[in-house]
Amino acid sequence: MKIIVCLKQVPKNDSILRINDQGNWIQDRDLTYEINESDAYGLEAALQLKEKQGGEVIALSLGPARVQSVIKEALARGADRGIHLEDPAFDKLDAYGIAAVISAAAKAEGFDLLLTGLQSDDYGFAQTGVIAAELLGLPHATIVMDVQPGDGSLRVKRELENGYFQWVSMPAPAVLTIQSGINTLRYATLKGIMGAKKKEIKKLDVTALGIDKAALAPRMEFLRVYVPQKSKQTQFIEGSPAEIAASLMEKLRNEARVF
Amino acid sequence: MSAIDLDFFRLDNQLSDEEKLSRQTVRDFVRERVNPIIAECYEQGRFPKELIPEIADLGLLGMTIPEEYGCAGVNSVVYGLTTQELEAGDSGLRSFVSVQSSLCMYPIYAFGSEEQKRKWLPEMAAGKVIGCFGLTEANSGSDPGSMRTRAKKVKDGWLLNGSKAWITNGTIADIAIVWAKTDDDTIRGFIVEKGTPGYTAPEVKHKLSLRASVTSELFFQDCLIPEESILPESKGLKSPLMCLTQARYGIAWGAIGAAISCFETAAEYAKQRVQFNKPIAAFQLTQEKLVRMYTEICKAQLLCLQIGRMKDAGQLQPAHVSMAKMNNVAIARECAQIARTILGGNGITGDYPIMRHMCNLESVYTYEGTNEVHMLVLGKHITGIEAFA
Ligand SMILES: Cc1cc2nc3c(=O)[nH]c(=O)nc-3n(C[C@H](O)[C@H](O)[C@H](O)COP(=O)(O)OP(=O)(O)OC[C@H]3O[C@@H](n4cnc5c(N)ncnc54)[C@H](O)[C@@H]3O)c2cc1C
Repeated sequence: MKIIVCLKQVPKNDSILRINDQGNWIQDRDLTYEINESDAYGLEAALQLKEKQGGEVIALSLGPARVQSVIKEALARGADRGIHLEDPAFDKLDAYGIAAVISAAAKAEGFDLLLTGLQSDDYGFAQTGVIAAELLGLPHATIVMDVQPGDGSLRVKRELENGYFQWVSMPAPAVLTIQSGINTLRYATLKGIMGAKKKEIKKLDVTALGIDKAALAPRMEFLRVYVPQKSKQTQFIEGSPAEIAASLMEKLRNEARVF
Repeated sequence: MSAIDLDFFRLDNQLSDEEKLSRQTVRDFVRERVNPIIAECYEQGRFPKELIPEIADLGLLGMTIPEEYGCAGVNSVVYGLTTQELEAGDSGLRSFVSVQSSLCMYPIYAFGSEEQKRKWLPEMAAGKVIGCFGLTEANSGSDPGSMRTRAKKVKDGWLLNGSKAWITNGTIADIAIVWAKTDDDTIRGFIVEKGTPGYTAPEVKHKLSLRASVTSELFFQDCLIPEESILPESKGLKSPLMCLTQARYGIAWGAIGAAISCFETAAEYAKQRVQFNKPIAAFQLTQEKLVRMYTEICKAQLLCLQIGRMKDAGQLQPAHVSMAKMNNVAIARECAQIARTILGGNGITGDYPIMRHMCNLESVYTYEGTNEVHMLVLGKHITGIEAFA
């Protein structure tokens, strides 16, 4: 089974977060980075499938030179080779643009499974995998918790609301977006880290992928990023217990609208 | 939510992806596997032996030794960074890795025969054979040249008599690297296997420091050591001292881990704890304490990265390591004491790691060359005059 796992590099959640001068994103000079959480579970799912079924795991990441570190981490954990999609034209892509580039690269590579995380910890769009599937004309499933490959088909377990799960059968190749926490992540061992140095990382740019730059023009733009303003107020309700209760109910119903 | 900037001088920019990733692996391991159990281990006076297979799987045992012996073959900076993360968990765990790697695997690698290397190193890297290092004796600490343990040449090998004191891992060790004087008073190293008749290794109990680490005495009574168990290239006191230089290098890094753990705990606490209607971090006296710790930690980090790079470039001298071990352990010990005051009464409990680090660092301050001994090494470096005796 040939599995491509998409790995996004995102700011670590204990990074120092400051808003940039333009006020439209966070200052990147203060940031340290890591693999997007659900992507890491996607990688682990891929590695476990490979251990059971044999095949190949390819770690793919789009972004500037620094994202090579997430590819190397994947290689250290056991991925066989890497694909790094890097081009100045990829600098400010929206979810559609990212999906367009990823799907072009995945198509050129060929695969049985394309895995992404459910959503990224920075933008949180939860769209990249789904759009990529549409662009590739392939079936997809989201919020996937378990993958059972069959002959030319897949059974996958999806998470629904309220603790419900759903099993879906679909033909392969397919695109799956993986939920966090579905397996136990392995550590990158020191031997794995040293071994990763010998594995191939293929670099592809716009030209190599044969992508029309114009098609990547963002359809969406960040206007403003801000820290939520605190608007906590305390009100003291006076009166007899019955009056207080009535007044509280009225406020909960009409002001807080919790019912 | 925003964390304290522990990379003030952007040293991460000087690290390779492999170096950062190795550090991250051990940091995650310590957070997930060590921190949840270590306070209890410490209280019970128990070394968490169950972690050995995992530590071995991560590749931490003998990590700088080449791959052909089953090791990871990483550079010295990785050794330092991972040691730092381990000691942020507990000095006992770091001691285990230091002893196994620098004091047992290193001498076999540096002074052993090819046969000894092939026999022991892969098993030790896999954590299946645990080692200990016996140099110190009850009456021979800072002055190891005064040791009384003797190895007498006999027909089938060597007859070992004497005892060793304060030996980390002793009771759980499958092999001991024992240093003894031979008939011509030359110090040589021997691999003594557990089960050798006449060899016992009782544990030292009631320690109030390094409680999550095994410390033992070793006794040798007419132990017959076969000829193939002497380390052929070991000759004189210089050999064990070379091992100590390796381990001390790791300790210099490790101490930063303990210091950071204390500092972070105190800084977080100071921001939360309110007295006189203000977080105690808002008082100048508290800020002075935080700044003192922070400054010393940042300086220690700079020192360690530089000695790491020098070690990898083959330029490191024992005196450099002396300065780093002396300075970094001393500042870690100070940080623990300062950090403890910031937590007030809470600081003395096992709910926070500070007091545990503080007690551990008392051993770290003394073993692997006391602070005073390293001072004298540097005194000699400056003046050319030996002031040891
Ligand atoms: C928990 C623990 C684990 C250990 N693990 C090991 C191990 O695995 N293997 C091993 O071989 N050893 C081990 N040691 C022993 C350790 O290395 C010694 O304790 C250390 O070398 C100091 O020796 P000592 O305790 O005999 O003190 P001493 O040498 O008696 O020193 C006592 C004091 O006198 C000072 N002093 C001594 N000489 C001088 C001088 N010339 N000038 C000025 N001051 C001086 C010292 O600095 C110290 O302050 C361990 C010790 C501890 C506490």
